[in-house]
Amino acid sequence: MTQRLPAKDVVVVGLGWTGSILSYELARSGLEVVAIERGPWRDTAADFNITTAPDELRYGIRLEMFLRPAQETVTMRNTPEQRALPIRRFGSFLPPNGVGGAGMHWNGQTWRFLPTDFVIRSHYAQRYGAGFLPEGNQIQDWGVTYDELEPFYDAFEYCAGISGEAGNLQGKIQPGGNPFEGPRSRPYPTPPQLQGYAQQLFAQASAGKGLHPFPRPSANISTAYTNPYGVRMAPCTYCGFCERFGCANYSKASPQTCVLPALVRQPGFEARTECEVLKVNLTPDGKHATGVTYIDTQGQQWEQPADLVLLCAFSFFNVRLLLLSGIGKPYDHAAGEGVVGRNYAYQTGSGSTGYFGEGTHFNPFAASGSLGVAVDDYNSDNFDHGSVGFVGGASITCAYTNGRPIAYRPTLPGTPNWGSAWKRGVKTMYNRAMGVGAQGSVMSYRDNYLDLDPTYKDDYGRPLLRMTFNYQPNEQKMANWMADRCDEIVKAMGAQQTRIGHLGVPWSVVPYQTTHNTGGAVMGTDPKTSALNRYLQSWDVSNVFVMGASAFPQNAGYNPTGTVGALTYWSLNAIREQYLKAPGPLVQI
Amino acid sequence: MRRLFLVLAAALLPIAALPFTAGAAPDDYTQVERGRYLAIGGDCVACHTIPGGTQWAGGRGIQTPFGDIVTPNLTPDEETGIGHWSADDFYRAMHTGVMPSGAHLYPAFPYTYYTKVTRADSDAIYAFLRTLPAVHNAVDRDTLPFPFKVRALMLGWNEMFFRAGTFEADPQRSAEYNRGAYLVEGLGHCGACHTPMNWAGANDAARYLQGNVLQAWTDPNITDEQRIGLGSWSVDDIVEYLKTGRNARAQASGPMAEVVVYSTSGMSDADLHAIATYLKQRGAAGPAAPSPRPADDAQMQSGAVVYTDNCSACHKRDGTGVEAMFPPLRGDQVVQQTDPTTVLRIVLQGAQGAATDAAPTAPAMPAFSWRLSDQQVADVVTYIRNSWGNTAQAVPASDAARLRKRVADTAE
Amino acid sequence: MTISTRRQLLASAAIIVFSRAAFGHTILGKLPWRPNEVYPPEPLGSPGWHFFTPGEAATVDAMVDRFIPADELGPGGKQAGCTVFIDRQLSGPYGTYEWLYMKGPFPADPLPSQGLQSPLTPRQQYRLGLAALNAYCRGKYDNRAFAQLDADAQDKLLDGMEKGEVQLPEFSARMLFGTVLANTMEGFFADPIYGGNRDMAGWKLIGFPGTRYDYRDVMQNPNKPYSLPPVGLKGRVSADRSPT
Repeated sequence: MTQRLPAKDVVVVGLGWTGSILSYELARSGLEVVAIERGPWRDTAADFNITTAPDELRYGIRLEMFLRPAQETVTMRNTPEQRALPIRRFGSFLPPNGVGGAGMHWNGQTWRFLPTDFVIRSHYAQRYGAGFLPEGNQIQDWGVTYDELEPFYDAFEYCAGISGEAGNLQGKIQPGGNPFEGPRSRPYPTPPQLQGYAQQLFAQASAGKGLHPFPRPSANISTAYTNPYGVRMAPCTYCGFCERFGCANYSKASPQTCVLPALVRQPGFEARTECEVLKVNLTPDGKHATGVTYIDTQGQQWEQPADLVLLCAFSFFNVRLLLLSGIGKPYDHAAGEGVVGRNYAYQTGSGSTGYFGEGTHFNPFAASGSLGVAVDDYNSDNFDHGSVGFVGGASITCAYTNGRPIAYRPTLPGTPNWGSAWKRGVKTMYNRAMGVGAQGSVMSYRDNYLDLDPTYKDDYGRPLLRMTFNYQPNEQKMANWMADRCDEIVKAMGAQQTRIGHLGVPWSVVPYQTTHNTGGAVMGTDPKTSALNRYLQSWDVSNVFVMGASAFPQNAGYNPTGTVGALTYWSLNAIREQYLKAPGPLVQI
Repeated sequence: MRRLFLVLAAALLPIAALPFTAGAAPDDYTQVERGRYLAIGGDCVACHTIPGGTQWAGGRGIQTPFGDIVTPNLTPDEETGIGHWSADDFYRAMHTGVMPSGAHLYPAFPYTYYTKVTRADSDAIYAFLRTLPAVHNAVDRDTLPFPFKVRALMLGWNEMFFRAGTFEADPQRSAEYNRGAYLVEGLGHCGACHTPMNWAGANDAARYLQGNVLQAWTDPNITDEQRIGLGSWSVDDIVEYLKTGRNARAQASGPMAEVVVYSTSGMSDADLHAIATYLKQRGAAGPAAPSPRPADDAQMQSGAVVYTDNCSACHKRDGTGVEAMFPPLRGDQVVQQTDPTTVLRIVLQGAQGAATDAAPTAPAMPAFSWRLSDQQVADVVTYIRNSWGNTAQAVPASDAARLRKRVADTAE
Repeated sequence: MTISTRRQLLASAAIIVFSRAAFGHTILGKLPWRPNEVYPPEPLGSPGWHFFTPGEAATVDAMVDRFIPADELGPGGKQAGCTVFIDRQLSGPYGTYEWLYMKGPFPADPLPSQGLQSPLTPRQQYRLGLAALNAYCRGKYDNRAFAQLDADAQDKLLDGMEKGEVQLPEFSARMLFGTVLANTMEGFFADPIYGGNRDMAGWKLIGFPGTRYDYRDVMQNPNKPYSLPPVGLKGRVSADRSPT
C-alpha cells in the first residue's frame, strides 16, 4: 500500500549535476525541495577518498559505482526489424547511479556547443541547400540560440571552476584559445591545465598543418578555486583516476565538489537516497502532475506530492519515466508520429594511434580526464562540407585520460595477446604509444529511437527501455574521414608507425565508446517534433520539466555536460523568473 | 501552487512584521535576540545537545578524568528542563555553580569561566532559553562513580580552585582588548580546553592557554608563542579561522570544528576581532623547542617514505598543502604541539573540516588506520614534526598503538 | 507561520541530521561523515582455495603461466598470484554476475553487437570450462590433464582455442579462453590487495607507478623517465600474501 507524505513545493528526481543545481537554487529561493535518488549517498570523504579511490579493478573494471544492470538496464537492437535483447553487462556506455550521477565519475571535458549547432537544420539548408541533409534524418533546430544560452554556459562554468583558454572574448579572437568558439562574456574561471609531452608534439604538428590547437576545457581544475556558492576546490594532481572514479582531491568538478556542501545547508532541502521513483502521478485528465510515487529499499511505496516535478535522471531514465507515467505522446516509429523516445542519438569515436621510438616517455599515467590539446577545425560547420559529402563533424584531441594498465596495454599491431612476445610488446610500448581521437556528432534519424521493451522487465515488473540504434551512412563517412585526418597529424608528430581506428559498425554494446547518450525527450518549438518546449518544460504537463541530454535534438561533436549545465541554468531562470510567478505553459502554441 | 506562493510571500515580509508568539513578550525581542547571540558565543548548544538529537534538550555525555557527566536539558520543560528556574536561579548557576536546589554543579559546566558573565548577559541568555520549545527529556544526572558522584565534594573543590567574581577590565588596554578578554575569559571559556589541568581537574592558572589534552585531542597552545601558538598568525588569520573554520594555514576539525560551527561562526566580526586582538596581545608562553630530529634518523627516513606515498598528493612534498583545503604541515602549530595526540588521531581515524556558511566545503582527511602500522604512523608523524623547519619530540610507536586502541572503530 | 516554527527559528543553528529513516536514507543539514569511515576491498581471507578445487587450481596455474610466462622480463602469472586473484574474484559478486541483468529469456541466436547473452556465470564458466578442457586434453593427449602437458603443447592448444579452431566437449573454447585471459590480465595489473600483481610484478613490467595520485612533477618535466617505485593501496610491498 502506498503511504502519502506531506507535500513539498518541488520534487527532484535524481541528484546529479542538474538535480543538485536546481535543488540548491530553488531551496535558496525559499522553496521546500526534496530530491529523490535511487542510488546511495556518495561523498568524497567516505566513498572515494585517497586511501581507496585509486583502484582500477574495483571502479574501472567491476564498475562499483555505476548503475548495475541487475537494477536497471536497457534492451538494444541495431534496426527496427531486429529483436532487442537486454544489455546484460554495460560496455559501450556506463550509466550512473547514486548521488552525483555521471557528474561524479565523468572525465570533466566541459565544452560549449558552437552557435551553428543550435540552428543546424536552418544553417545547413541556407549554406548547402535543403537537399544536403542525409536520408531519413530528423535533424532539427533547438529552439534556443547560443547567444541566449551564453550567460548560462558562463554560470555553469563558474560553478564548476572550469580550466581553459578563451578563444573568443566578446567577439575578439584570443591567441591560444579555440578561434571557432562562440563569443564568451568573460574568460574561463581558471587557467588551462598543464599538458604532457604528447600534447606538446600534437600542438606543434597540428599548427604546422595550419590547424588551430588549444587546451581542452577541463573540469579537473588547474588551481584552487572557490565557486559562487562558496564551495572550494583544490588543484588537480594529474593522478590519472578520473573517468569511472570519484576524485579524492576535490579537484574534479562534480555535484560533490561544487554544489552539495552548500545544498545540504539549505533549510528547505532534503535528500532521500536509495529510493526509486516509479512514476510521476498525474491528475485524471493527465494535464497536471501531482507528485511522484517512489519505492524504498524495504519495498514500501510512498507518494510524495509536490507542485513542481523536475526530472533530473540520466537521459534514458528521464525518457523511460515519461513513458511509464504517460507524459507526452510516445514515439511511434511505424507512423512516424509522437515525441517521447524520438531522436535518440549518440557519438562516433575514431582516430589513430601512434607508436614512437625508443627513449620516448609519454608517461600516460600522468593524466587527467580532460587534459589534452584539441583542434576544432573539423567540427560542426567550421569547414566546408560541400566537398566531403556528410553532415556534422568532430573535435580532434590528443590526450591521455589515464594509463591504468588493466585497460590500457598498448602493443604494436601484430603483437600476440599473450605469452612472452606480448610481455615484451607491452613493456616496450606502454610509454611510447599515444592516440589522437575524433569525437564526432551523430545526427537524429527516424530509425534511431527509444521505446518500451515488450519482453524484458525490471524487478518491479516495469518494462525496460528499448534502444534501436545504429550508425547511419552519414556518420560512418564522417567518422572515417576524421580518422584519416587524425592519422595525418599522428604521422606529422613523428610516429614510427600508426594504426587507424575506424568507426565500429554496426554499433555494438561491447567495447566502451562513450556515455554521451542524447535525445528521447527533445526540446524544440513544435510539439509535434519535440517533447519539451524551449525551456525544457513538458508541452503536455506544464508542471514537469525535464533536464539533461535527453533534451538534445541531435548530438554534437563535443562532450555534453557543458551544454547540460547551461540548459539547466537556462531552464532554472525561466522557472524562477516566469513559471513561479505565473505557473502554466511558458510557451503558448 | 498554493504552497509555492505562501513561501514566496513569507519571504517578502520584513522580519519585524512577523507575529511574535513565543514565551517572551514582544518587547523582549531585543533581549531574546541578544541572548540567542550570547548563547552562541558561549557555545552552549554543543554540550547541551546529543549529536543528531533535539537541540538544547541535553543528554550528551562529557568525558572527564573522573567519569562521564551527562548534560542537562536546558529547554523550559517544567519537569525535566529548567522550566521552574527563575532568572536569579540561572544567574546563580552561572556565577557560582550552584543549582536552585542548592546542589553543586561540576566544573564540566564551566562556571569557573561563566562567573565573569555580567548579570545583564546572563538574563538575556535566560530570556532566550525561555523561548525554546519545551522538550520532555529526562537526563540521568548521576553518572559519575563514587566518590565523585557526591556533589558536596565540590564545596571543597570550589574552596581550593574557584573564586566567584566579575570581569575586571584592564584600563591600560584598549576597549577591544578588554572586550576580547571578557569573551575569552568568560562566556567563551576558551581556557576550559586550552589550559592544562591539575590533579583535581582544575585549570592551571599559571599555564593559562598553553595547551592541554582532553578526550584524546590535543588542544593547542593559543598564546602568541611562535612555534606552537598563534605567534605566526595575524589577527585577521584568527578572525577568518573562527568565522569560517579555516584560513590559509589551518582547518578546524575535531572539537574545534564544533566550536566554530556552533559558536564562533555565528559571532560578529567585531567580537571575533576583539578575541583575536586579546589573544595576540596577551603575550607568548610555552616550552622551548627541542632540537629537531636529524634527517638520517631511522624514523625520519621511514617517515619520509610513508609521507611521500600517502600524504604528499594532498599536503605536497614540501608540506605546503593547498590553501583553505589541505592544511600546510610546514610551520603548523598543531603538528608541533608537545603532545602529538591530535596529529596521531587524525592520521589514524581521519578528520572532517568545519562546514560554515562562509566556507561550506568541509574537506575531510580519510582514516589511515587500516593501511598504516603503528610504527608507520609514528614514523610519519615524527617526520612531519621535524621537517621543513618544524621541530617537536619524536613519537614512539607505542603512542600510536595506545591511541589506535582508543579511537579505532569509534564514531567519536 | 505557526508558533512552533517561530520558536524553532529562534533556536535555530546548523542542525546535524543523518538518520537511517524507515525509507532509505534522509540527508539534510550537513555532509555525513564519521571518523574511521572507510570501505577498503574485502581482505583475501583464510589461506587456501576458496572456489577452485586443487585440480582446477592446477589447470589455471598452468594457463596463467602460459599467458604470462616467467622469463627474463619478470615473474609469470602463477608467481604473480593470478590464480589466487581469480579464485577470490570468483568467490565474490563477480563470480555470480550478481550485478548483471540475468533475467531470461536467453535466446540462442543473439547478434554479436548485443554482447553478453549467456546465462553462465563466471563460476559456471570456470567449473564447466576447465572440466571440458581437461576432458579434451585427456582424450587427445594420452590421458594427461592440461597442466601435465609441456609448454609447447599448452601454447598450441591455447592458440587454437583463441582462434576458434579447437572444439571442447560441451563448452565454448573461445568463452573459456577469453574469460581466463581477461581475468589473468586483471590479476596481473590490479592492485596487489586483490591477491595478484605480487610484488607489483605487473606494474614494474611496464612502469606503472600505482596509486601515487600526484604527478605534478611529471607534468612539469615532460618526456623524462619516472623515478619513484610503484605503490599500492597497502604501500610499497604486498603485505597480505596469505592465500595458498
